[in-house]
Amino acid sequence: MLKFVIKRLFVMLLTAFALTFIVFWLTNLPPNLEKLAKSEAGTRISDAEVGTWLSENGYDSSPLNRYGQWLGLLPGWTGTAQNGTPTGRCLEKDADPATAPRFCGLLQGDWGQSSVFKLPVSQVIGRSLSLTGWLMFAVMAVMVPTALFLGVLSGMREGSRTDRLLSAFSIASTATPEYVSGVVFIALLASPMSGLSPFLSGAGWIEGRTLFMGTATSAMEDINFWNFALPVMTIALYGIGYIARMTRASMTEVMTAQYIRTARLKGVGFRQVVVRHALRNALIAPFTVIMLQFPWLLNGVVIVETLYNYKGFGWTLVQAAGNNDIELLLGCSVVAVVLVLITQLISDIGYVFLNPRIRLS
Amino acid sequence: MEPLSWGQILLAALQQFLPVWVALIVTFALSIRYKRKLALYGKLFDSPVGMIGFAIVMFWVFTAFFADWIITMDPLAQFSGSKNAVPGSALTAPDPDAYTHFLLGADHVARDVFSRMVMGAREVLKIAPAATLFAFMVGITLGLPAGYVGGKLDTVISFIANLVLAFPVILLFYLLVTPEIIVIGIPTYMAAILFLFPIFFIGILINSRYFTNPPQRNLYLGIAMAICVWAYIGLAFNADPLGVWGMSPNLLNVFVSVVFVNSPGVFRIVRGMVMDIKTRDYVAAGQTRGEGAWYIMLWEILPNARGPLIVDFCLRIGYTTILLGTLGFFGLGVSPESPDWGSTINYGRKLLAMVPHPALAPALALMSLVLGLNLLADGLREESLKD
Amino acid sequence: MSDTAKDTGWDPSKPILEINNLSISFFTRLREIPAVMDFSCSVMAGEAMGLVGESGCGKSTVALAVMRELGKNGKITAGTIKFKGRDLTNMNQEELRQIRGSEIAMIYQEPMASLNPAMKIGAQLAEVPMIHSGMSKEDAWKLARQIVADVRLPDPDRIVNAYPHQLSGGQQQRIVIAMALMAKPALLILDEPTTALDVTVEAGIVDLVKDLGEKYGTSMLFISHNLGLIMDVCDRLCVMYSGEAVETGNVVQVFDKMRHPYTQALFRSIPLPGADKNSRPLISIPGNFPLPHERPQGCNFGPRCDYFQDGRCNGTDIPMSEVPGDDRHASRCLRWTEIDWAAPIAKREVKQKAEIGKVVLKMEDLKKYYSVSSGAFGGGAKKVVKANETLSFEAREGETLAIVGESGCGKSTFAKVLMGLETATSGSIMLFDENVQSTPIQKRNTDMVSSVQMVFQNPFDTLNPSMTVGRQIIRALEIFKQGKSDEERHNRMLELLDLVKLPRAFAERMPRQLSGGQKQRVGIARAFAGGAKVVVADEPVSALDVSVQAAVTDLLMDIQRENKTTLLFISHDLSIVRYLSDRVMVMYLGHVVEMGTTDQVFQPPYHPYTEALLSAVPIADTKVIRKRIVLEGDIPSAMNPPPGCPFQTRCRWKSQVPGGLCDREMPPMQTLEGGHQIKCHLSVEVLNSMEPVIKIAAE
Ligand SMILES: Nc1ncnc2c1ncn2[C@@H]1O[C@H](COP(=O)(O)OP(=O)(O)OP(=O)(O)O)[C@@H](O)[C@H]1O
Ligand code: SF4
Ligand code: SF4
Ligand SMILES: [Mg+2]
Repeated sequence: MLKFVIKRLFVMLLTAFALTFIVFWLTNLPPNLEKLAKSEAGTRISDAEVGTWLSENGYDSSPLNRYGQWLGLLPGWTGTAQNGTPTGRCLEKDADPATAPRFCGLLQGDWGQSSVFKLPVSQVIGRSLSLTGWLMFAVMAVMVPTALFLGVLSGMREGSRTDRLLSAFSIASTATPEYVSGVVFIALLASPMSGLSPFLSGAGWIEGRTLFMGTATSAMEDINFWNFALPVMTIALYGIGYIARMTRASMTEVMTAQYIRTARLKGVGFRQVVVRHALRNALIAPFTVIMLQFPWLLNGVVIVETLYNYKGFGWTLVQAAGNNDIELLLGCSVVAVVLVLITQLISDIGYVFLNPRIRLS
Repeated sequence: MEPLSWGQILLAALQQFLPVWVALIVTFALSIRYKRKLALYGKLFDSPVGMIGFAIVMFWVFTAFFADWIITMDPLAQFSGSKNAVPGSALTAPDPDAYTHFLLGADHVARDVFSRMVMGAREVLKIAPAATLFAFMVGITLGLPAGYVGGKLDTVISFIANLVLAFPVILLFYLLVTPEIIVIGIPTYMAAILFLFPIFFIGILINSRYFTNPPQRNLYLGIAMAICVWAYIGLAFNADPLGVWGMSPNLLNVFVSVVFVNSPGVFRIVRGMVMDIKTRDYVAAGQTRGEGAWYIMLWEILPNARGPLIVDFCLRIGYTTILLGTLGFFGLGVSPESPDWGSTINYGRKLLAMVPHPALAPALALMSLVLGLNLLADGLREESLKD
Repeated sequence: MSDTAKDTGWDPSKPILEINNLSISFFTRLREIPAVMDFSCSVMAGEAMGLVGESGCGKSTVALAVMRELGKNGKITAGTIKFKGRDLTNMNQEELRQIRGSEIAMIYQEPMASLNPAMKIGAQLAEVPMIHSGMSKEDAWKLARQIVADVRLPDPDRIVNAYPHQLSGGQQQRIVIAMALMAKPALLILDEPTTALDVTVEAGIVDLVKDLGEKYGTSMLFISHNLGLIMDVCDRLCVMYSGEAVETGNVVQVFDKMRHPYTQALFRSIPLPGADKNSRPLISIPGNFPLPHERPQGCNFGPRCDYFQDGRCNGTDIPMSEVPGDDRHASRCLRWTEIDWAAPIAKREVKQKAEIGKVVLKMEDLKKYYSVSSGAFGGGAKKVVKANETLSFEAREGETLAIVGESGCGKSTFAKVLMGLETATSGSIMLFDENVQSTPIQKRNTDMVSSVQMVFQNPFDTLNPSMTVGRQIIRALEIFKQGKSDEERHNRMLELLDLVKLPRAFAERMPRQLSGGQKQRVGIARAFAGGAKVVVADEPVSALDVSVQAAVTDLLMDIQRENKTTLLFISHDLSIVRYLSDRVMVMYLGHVVEMGTTDQVFQPPYHPYTEALLSAVPIADTKVIRKRIVLEGDIPSAMNPPPGCPFQTRCRWKSQVPGGLCDREMPPMQTLEGGHQIKCHLSVEVLNSMEPVIKIAAE
């Protein structure tokens, strides 16, 4: 077991290195740096000036070298500015070059400076992650129980009317990406011009002009049902369908297994068959699915946060990418990649624990 | 002129889609008539779910095909004074020969929503199935040896596939689908590599089957390779001397990115199925005959994995459609002018709370297509399991 | 046990189970499939009733109908099933639930699949009395422990706390039996309970079932396709053919005085002691089993019956008719009174014995080790599995060498090494005077490859499902560089179809349109496409029905005679081995434990393992007296073989070897007279004192 975890951790580390390097390389392509130089030193500078700006700011060494610096495995660059003051990666403004550390990268806890927010990257990411954490938590709390319940309910009697109805719902919801359901939700429930709201406010049943709020900006300070329900529902809906289908498939498979027939022929009642014999076996597969949903959940988060203007991790990522904020984008990528890898690890280990066949053989 | 009521809008829209209805009826009549002779495709017509799905999918396919007849106005034209016009409203300055109403209203720059939605179907169906097909070729070409040979090869390819899968898709798109990337030429390099897979696939397919008969093999291989290389030069480098094959740099970039993120998924499925099928006796029989590895993979294993692959293909076209929409949603689409659904939703969402219809129409269109593909896949899966 | 449930005022002298004119259909999208028609039988209290028949004849369907578990598309269309006088066909779900498990219990073919993988054995067992008689949890677990001991499992305390996958196949089947016995049911239905098990394990289970049946006075409905097994277990039997009972009666009477042509044909097609491939070959039943929806008019067996009479047999439906004087013996044949049942077999052709030529294959000290990693997560220590240990033998032209052994003994590894799919760890293989032990198949030349071919076990797997039969044979011809043009190859392909006695029209068919036996023939045709000289047949007939088995074995023999092929026949079925092989090699855990001519191996002196194996094989002949030797325990895993003699964990002769040699030292190969080899520490005297396992009683 320990050996397995170590091996997995090693592969994970390797993956993390490979992925961050790719991100680093892609964000540090010459045109991106050129754009950065122009945005930092003025848009109208000449090509030669771009060159000097880049070399003054340590961008002239090889990408691998700079990747090492960024990670904190190689010493940070040093140089002198045109006015003769020493500059360097690890040198804070107006600090004494003698006391500056040699290494300053990810490993030293220095994530760099965001050019858009003018704040340290770690601070930006920390703030946005906590906001997204709430969103994710709410999504999981809604999505997982609902999906499992629906999946088990429709899978336990394959072909019944309940099954058909729930399956239709699941298929429809998996066919609805967040940007579609979000748009539909807003049009239906949070638009003063269309959907339910004009009707309700006309009748005087709601105070404001809309039933739900079309943005979740206010939820950053104070989460309540009216500003948070739509974003949560938007992300959860797609996931509910997907997980419910997986659960259903796994449940129907289990229900046709021989040992279920054995149980029935032992005289076990239907309810007991489902609860005692089928459920545990049927939930093994969905567990991994739920865990592997994380990369995709991130996707949903990005779309929903953009759509509802909720300034969490996804929103930050879009800002970073859209504004060529290299350090911030790198930081976001590290977080995203590590998050995904950790969930994969959990999914692997959890699978083994849920499944006695693997655990004990 | 009077605005149209909802009933009139519906009638008018139904009428515009006339060619699609005719085509659908013909397709269904023929298919049901001959369903017993049509293998899995025929069996589809025994499943109500599959039939509904197929009907929806074919609706959009025919819409894309007949789009020029269906649209009521030029999807790119702007009609001054009709910004955000509500569905059914009349043109302010109607041209006597042309259509007089915005069936589904107009968008924020006064373009006809209905026509853009119809043209959007063409945009989507031009890219999604082709990109999925390429992703399948890549996934299959890598998944077969990984599953069949196993060992180090498998470890390496699986590692790379997992690498791509662990990348949050949006991040990847933000990194790949940017103008800067095109300047560097990365899409072209990626295309150069990714588009090699289909050539390799077809080449091996023919060679392993006909190598016992060199003249025949040379003939088939020659013809196939000539066509492939021609298409390759055109698609990957946009340098087709005859100008038949070609993609704009932007389109190529989107296309390549979509193929790139889809291939690892296909790879995984293929690899899993190969590992299962390779334990069958007919594979062992091939081996004891001294058959080459590629023949066994392509002719003994692959055809027997076709059921799940076809199902996955349908699902994946839907997924690709969603991806393309996502790209459009983040403004990374093919071009700002393009009427593709994702981009249209993106523009529409800015005023969503006030004028929902420009975003709603493409959103529902996209949803229905994906739904159709999902239902189709479900029907196919169910039918392929029976008997 | 709730007495109220069991006390229904039923008179124990009446049948406990009475099935009358039962008809069952499955409704599929295309058509109705009448799986069982007009089936009647009755089981008295304490009686064991056997149900035999070929695959697809409806045995399982009858069993499941008794449990009222026919699935969504299965319906009982007519007839009644009375259990203790109450009709099961019109009971509601709740009444059924009370009967299932407590009064009628069922045991299936696949033990692993019948146990819940995520529940402890004890919990699965204890559930039964907890549901049916409201027993407390502790009592139920105690009872479970006791019943586990009753089914002769070692260390019951450990087993009740184990999960199913921690037990071997034989142990799992015992658990399934224990589960069925938890509520002491009145009727036990066993659907091929031993088919998935090895013969020596099967013998143990069969013994157990018989003993428990007697101990608890349980009635049994025992389903099997193996006539020998039925004879071992049952008092009465019912022979089924194509959804109908064709003959029913007391086992001895049916076996000795059969009154239905199908039963007769069935007995003639199975290799009983005394059958011989040259002088007394088996007689296969011509034609194929009809599909349920394509049954002929009148007698279902008509098209394949030797006694068929046009106008009569295909006129009306045939009723069951009693054989007077016998014990409830009945036959579904119009002409049973007219047929001369004692007449000798007319068409039996005697075949020329094939000549045995020079040595074509010689293996010396062949070893094949695999290194595998153990442990749940792919990590763990590397272990060496010794799949083949010091294998030495030679095979001659035109000879049939049988390789016998139970699962995991290394038969298939040996085949792989010979074919070149794997290379040997050490030792040499000489094939036509060429050394091939380290030449993988890719490096062998076409001649070499085409002259060593293989016939596979599973007919459903042996052909590529998405390629026509003809195309698959032509592909083999292309690869073996046979024929100059496509046309020539096409003709050669048709000839090959002739060779395996298949209609030429089959060339265009897809494998799914063929029956199991037909597929196996195509597999044989494909193997002979390049004029194979050595053919490895890996259990080629074990998945086929008995009536087809005979035809396929005979086909192999005929081709062998014609082409002077060397046949390496891998099998676990000793009856068929005795019938067709010239020499036999018995393997156990990777070792050859005995080798000699067929006569030498089947007669004493035996290797102790061979002795047990021989005694375990059920024989469907009332005249054969068989000594019962039931081996304790299971076959050890090849990963941890025992020290010393590989067979020492189960050997009953071990005590005859002084000094505990068996536990410590690998026995040497002793060569007895006539080149008969035995790998055992037993002295020649002890070996010679062994008694034959099978005796044929004087007539
Ligand atoms: N669920 C089903 N749907 C349709 N046909 C079925 C179904 N179950 C069984 N049959 C058909 O009913 C017939 C009898 O099947 P059954 O399983 O009872 O045979 P069997 O004698 O038990 O065979 P075996 O020896 O292979 O177990 C077969 O032709 C089979 O194809
Ligand atoms: S009824 Fe006729 S065909 Fe049927 S078994 Fe008897 S003799 Fe043969
Ligand atoms: S060597 Fe000993 S244990 Fe092995 S078979 Fe002979 S007597 Fe039995
Ligand atoms: Mg059966």
